Amino acid sequence: MANVVSRAALFEAKAERAASRRNRLLATPALVIIGIFGVLPLLIILVYSFLEAAPYGGVQWKFSTDAYLNFLFQQDIFDDTLQFTPDFLIIYLRSFLFAVVTTVICLLLGFPTAYFMATRTPAQRNWWVLLITIPFWSNLLVRTLAIMFIIRDEGLINNLLMGLGVIEKPITMLYTNFAIQLGLLYSFLPFMILPLYASLEKLDFRLVEAANDLYATRRQALWRVIIPLSLPGIIAGCLLVFIPALGAYVTPLILGGGIHLMIGDLIAQQFGSGRNWPLGCAQALILMAAVLVALYFYVRNTSGKVQHG
Amino acid sequence: MADPRNVDIKDQPGFRTIAIICVGVLYVPILILMLFSFNTGSLVTHWEGVGLTWYGSALLNEEFHNAAKNTLIISTTATVVSTICATLAAIGMTRVKPWRGLPAAFMVINLPLMVPEIITAVATLSFFALIAGAFGLNFGIGNLILAHTVFCIPFAYMPIRARLEDMDLTLESAAADLYATPWHAFRRITLPLLVPGILSGAALAFIVSFDDFTITQLVAGPGQTTLPLYIWNQIRRPMTPEINAISTILLLVSILFVSVSFLIARRRAK
Repeated sequence: MANVVSRAALFEAKAERAASRRNRLLATPALVIIGIFGVLPLLIILVYSFLEAAPYGGVQWKFSTDAYLNFLFQQDIFDDTLQFTPDFLIIYLRSFLFAVVTTVICLLLGFPTAYFMATRTPAQRNWWVLLITIPFWSNLLVRTLAIMFIIRDEGLINNLLMGLGVIEKPITMLYTNFAIQLGLLYSFLPFMILPLYASLEKLDFRLVEAANDLYATRRQALWRVIIPLSLPGIIAGCLLVFIPALGAYVTPLILGGGIHLMIGDLIAQQFGSGRNWPLGCAQALILMAAVLVALYFYVRNTSGKVQHG
Repeated sequence: MADPRNVDIKDQPGFRTIAIICVGVLYVPILILMLFSFNTGSLVTHWEGVGLTWYGSALLNEEFHNAAKNTLIISTTATVVSTICATLAAIGMTRVKPWRGLPAAFMVINLPLMVPEIITAVATLSFFALIAGAFGLNFGIGNLILAHTVFCIPFAYMPIRARLEDMDLTLESAAADLYATPWHAFRRITLPLLVPGILSGAALAFIVSFDDFTITQLVAGPGQTTLPLYIWNQIRRPMTPEINAISTILLLVSILFVSVSFLIARRRAK
């Protein structure tokens, strides 16, 4: 009898092993493609960041930490001493500031919108979600272009204001920090609304009724019940806005006009006119480190929440 | 003041206004851009008359043809390859007994979503430069197809995985009880139920590939212009409403695919 049981168990274990082997095999093509053409390139830029720049782009296979040194210091042309040059650091800090402002304003606009959507009837909700999903998936370049058309010197806003006689000369908005900030907000607002909505949609609104029964005002219910319960969605939305905003490339390229740089353009520049690939790789890795820090806080904050249900 | 008894306690004052403003802000710029694509005048912002002049000039433009052809080749191939890979991976990774390396596999699949695009772009550029220099390997437009496939996989994967998670497991065991082999159960039960997820995933993969600018711009070799790159080249010249016409076409393609993906997902929810 015991023999039969153990044999059956053996058979089952064997079948399970075969299933696991099959499942691993099924995942292999996707993992191989991402592994070779997605993960390996990241390792290559790690190696490249410790090499010397070749004069016409590319790298020379000589170990060097110049790329990281050059991030903060420039060699003095006259006496070869290293001078502290905060140019790159300033661009990083400015990008960080842009990303933070974008995240905060997107949250302030996105939360009420997502909440309003979540409290509609199911049929209305579907339309609202589609309405936000379309810009979410629309071409970022084209959407940035649309902003450019509106804020140009001869764009809609200036034409309107001049037509009304409010101003005599066009207000310069394009190629300013304002233009970049506006473009980032416009680009990433849907990235905040959708995760917030996903979290608010699942909210148990009986809790709001309970708060109301206990004489909470609507604002109190908002601050003491709704917002704490939707915190995972708020964090997810903030991250989905903050990370792409920090590494934004298209927005500053088109609306900053190459005058006001963000990290994204700075990195691309090293691979183009700058012809310093190792420096570009080092700058990319420093950005990656910032992203990993943000992701770490996300994981730390959400793993605690999940346990409470 | 409204009578408090008639007010839905869930409503928060002012939220409706903010929601309407948000939708307005999101749509007004793109609607204006679309509107001006029907302008017959040659200035981007000065209105002269309604017509399809610039659509005509775009459609007759040789460069536009090339860009459209490249875009379709890249997006279609990347969509097909990534959707197949994502489907297989989702089946092997969803609701299965955890196999060794499964958590790492999740990380790899989601990696393209977590790395900022500009980093992926320069990394891919460095990678292709390295294999071209070291082994003389250059896949031509294949470089772009491979780069696109990588970031399309997680987008195709998400809806397929969601569909698998929602699926009723009892159907498969019912098939097994009726002496269906695992392959038969998969072919006749699981796969047909999975089709909406696969289509939805393919639609998303197509959009992200079709619209990609950052990675394409850095990885593309000479002559490998796609539609977003063509638009970028136009921006740097004196602009005509042709750019509005082409932008409108791009937006309409996105809207079409989003709506298809959305409708498929909604049918599922019912």
